[in-house]
Amino acid sequence: MTLKALTIALALPLAALPAARAAEPDVVIGSIDDVSGVYADVGGVGAVETMKMAIADFGGTVLGRKVVTLTADHQNKPDIGASKFREWADQNGLNMLIGGSNTGVSIAMAKVAAAKKVVFFAVGAGGASLTNEDCTPYSIHYVYDTTALANGTASAIVKGGGKSWFYLTADYAFGTQLQNAASKVVDGSGGKNLGAVRVPLGASDFSSFLLQAQGSGAQVLGLANAGTDFTNSLKAANEFGITKTMKPAGLLVFITNIHSLGLEVAQGLVLTTGWYWDSNDETRAFAKRFFDKIHRQPTMHQAGDYSATLSYLKAVKAAGTTDADKVMAELKRMKINDLFAKGGYIRADGVMIHDMYVMQVKSPQESKYPWDYYKVLKVMPGEEAFGPITGLCPIAPK
Amino acid sequence: MTQLFGIPVAVILGQLMLGLVNGSFYAMLSLGLAVIFGLMRVVNFAHGAFYALGAFAALLGLQKLGIGYWPALVLAPLAVGALGILVERLLLRHLYQLDPLYGLLLTFGLALMVEGSLHQLFGSSGESYPVPAQLQGVFNLGFMILPIYRAWVILASIIVCFSTWFVIERTRLGATLRAATENAPLLQAFGVNVPLLVAATYGGGVALAALAGVLSAPVILVNSDMGSSLVVVVFAVVVIGGMGSILGSIVSGLALGMIEGLTKVAYPEASNIVVFVIMALVLILRPAGLFGRE
Repeated sequence: MTLKALTIALALPLAALPAARAAEPDVVIGSIDDVSGVYADVGGVGAVETMKMAIADFGGTVLGRKVVTLTADHQNKPDIGASKFREWADQNGLNMLIGGSNTGVSIAMAKVAAAKKVVFFAVGAGGASLTNEDCTPYSIHYVYDTTALANGTASAIVKGGGKSWFYLTADYAFGTQLQNAASKVVDGSGGKNLGAVRVPLGASDFSSFLLQAQGSGAQVLGLANAGTDFTNSLKAANEFGITKTMKPAGLLVFITNIHSLGLEVAQGLVLTTGWYWDSNDETRAFAKRFFDKIHRQPTMHQAGDYSATLSYLKAVKAAGTTDADKVMAELKRMKINDLFAKGGYIRADGVMIHDMYVMQVKSPQESKYPWDYYKVLKVMPGEEAFGPITGLCPIAPK
Repeated sequence: MTQLFGIPVAVILGQLMLGLVNGSFYAMLSLGLAVIFGLMRVVNFAHGAFYALGAFAALLGLQKLGIGYWPALVLAPLAVGALGILVERLLLRHLYQLDPLYGLLLTFGLALMVEGSLHQLFGSSGESYPVPAQLQGVFNLGFMILPIYRAWVILASIIVCFSTWFVIERTRLGATLRAATENAPLLQAFGVNVPLLVAATYGGGVALAALAGVLSAPVILVNSDMGSSLVVVVFAVVVIGGMGSILGSIVSGLALGMIEGLTKVAYPEASNIVVFVIMALVLILRPAGLFGRE
């Protein structure tokens, strides 16, 4: 594994193109995401594509300056993400960075954003700490966070009668944050947490852990994991007949996961998403443009990249400058109305407040066309989903 | 309920059974590695990639050509094995005169190329391969529910492992193979086509990996990383069993699967390192491995 990482690291400099010009400096937007690892389908190349779509839709220039992009693969390693970010800020005149999947990497990049005063959108990462103990004046958490996911899925399931919970938790920052958030919601709405098993990231077999979950006698199997960990654990739960006695709850699910699993396995699953391609004509039109290039429907992460880029460019235009402090002030003042969010706004602590959707996966009979996967159980208003300001972020007192 | 060390016996039995399933995969994969290393002195780092290729061959066969699970069980290993022979003839054979490290580097590079290409072509999410109709459903063993397919994996693995052991240790062909490692020029003098034998050995070892890949396809999502996450553990299994020892790789594969299963109940967080802890201990106490010859 380390040799593999080394090889990729050697190839990495090729990914970054120098973009410095003398006279009228370009507006430089970067994306550092997982392009080659487990989250590559969720963000990856597709996320870069939507970023470029947003720039093109905005006209390709702002304040008479050309908008250019930089992209890199962080390989899910915080040090790589942070050093690439620092390099771009120092040498390439980076104005804004979109950080992709992985909470650990995003926390490291947020620290660079604060030090270099560069506007930072955390788009694919889940950890709510990004706008709490790890918040910075330049951080925005855009698409979803662990709080909103838990509020959506856990409260819907507890209300539907799933009172006792057992968690299968990915053993790293994101998994624990997600489990804690869900446990709080379950406790708060009259349910019971019966326990959890911490599973090493990228385990090759989940059946042993699932058997323990079944042994707990809980009604709900809370899957506090993501990516292939999520898909492999749900697939095994199905195979071992555990989904017959326990209701699975996907605490972070992307549409590409459902596509991999197939509806036969995934049907009935309750999950929370920040965006769905098949919501209205506007989202469908966007999805079609995306599909023609990437041959998959966009995830909430990828749609979020589009919206974040567009919001940034609008804010720069309104502020009349790329000065990070002034752009941040404008971002926190403006309303976000586009194909991703309606009436969204960025709160003092950096959370982008927008509606979240509690969804249920359709059965094969209910699904009428390719990628027709979700039905809406509930539209959660942003304030309810993301909860009140906690006061843990120093720039946003309670 | 009866308990052992504070854990219900039923749970322990269940975990041992699941461990046996995982151990079956370890055994089949480490067997291929042991055959290749034992007879060719090549540390085949591409083993995980060939395992993934086996699964993808089955998947593509089903999606594009309508080839079902049972034919795929034979055809995918044959196809991947043929690819292995090609790799041996075109690339590996030039390195036999050099330090084994060169073979390791070559196969490692191959693994990166294969896995990178699969990632590029199929993405990172993985795809489902259906469980064949004959093996759907579950056995209720009393202490646990065992999907029929997993029971089949154990059975298949035991058949494959035993047959391989038998061919290499008990037949004339196996004797010739072993003679080729001891003294190739002498064997050649007897009129045996040694290069062909070596190529067939590599092809056979690789085909074993591909077979394990086909067997695992219905269990997990077929994806480009499926081999790289497993191959590291499998190397540890081979080291514990004794590099190149056929019996050692089979026994330690199954045993380590079960030990890992028990760790998953006792202390789940350590379940992905327990194999390496054992490897370290074995290397300290018995550097040649449990079944290795000094």
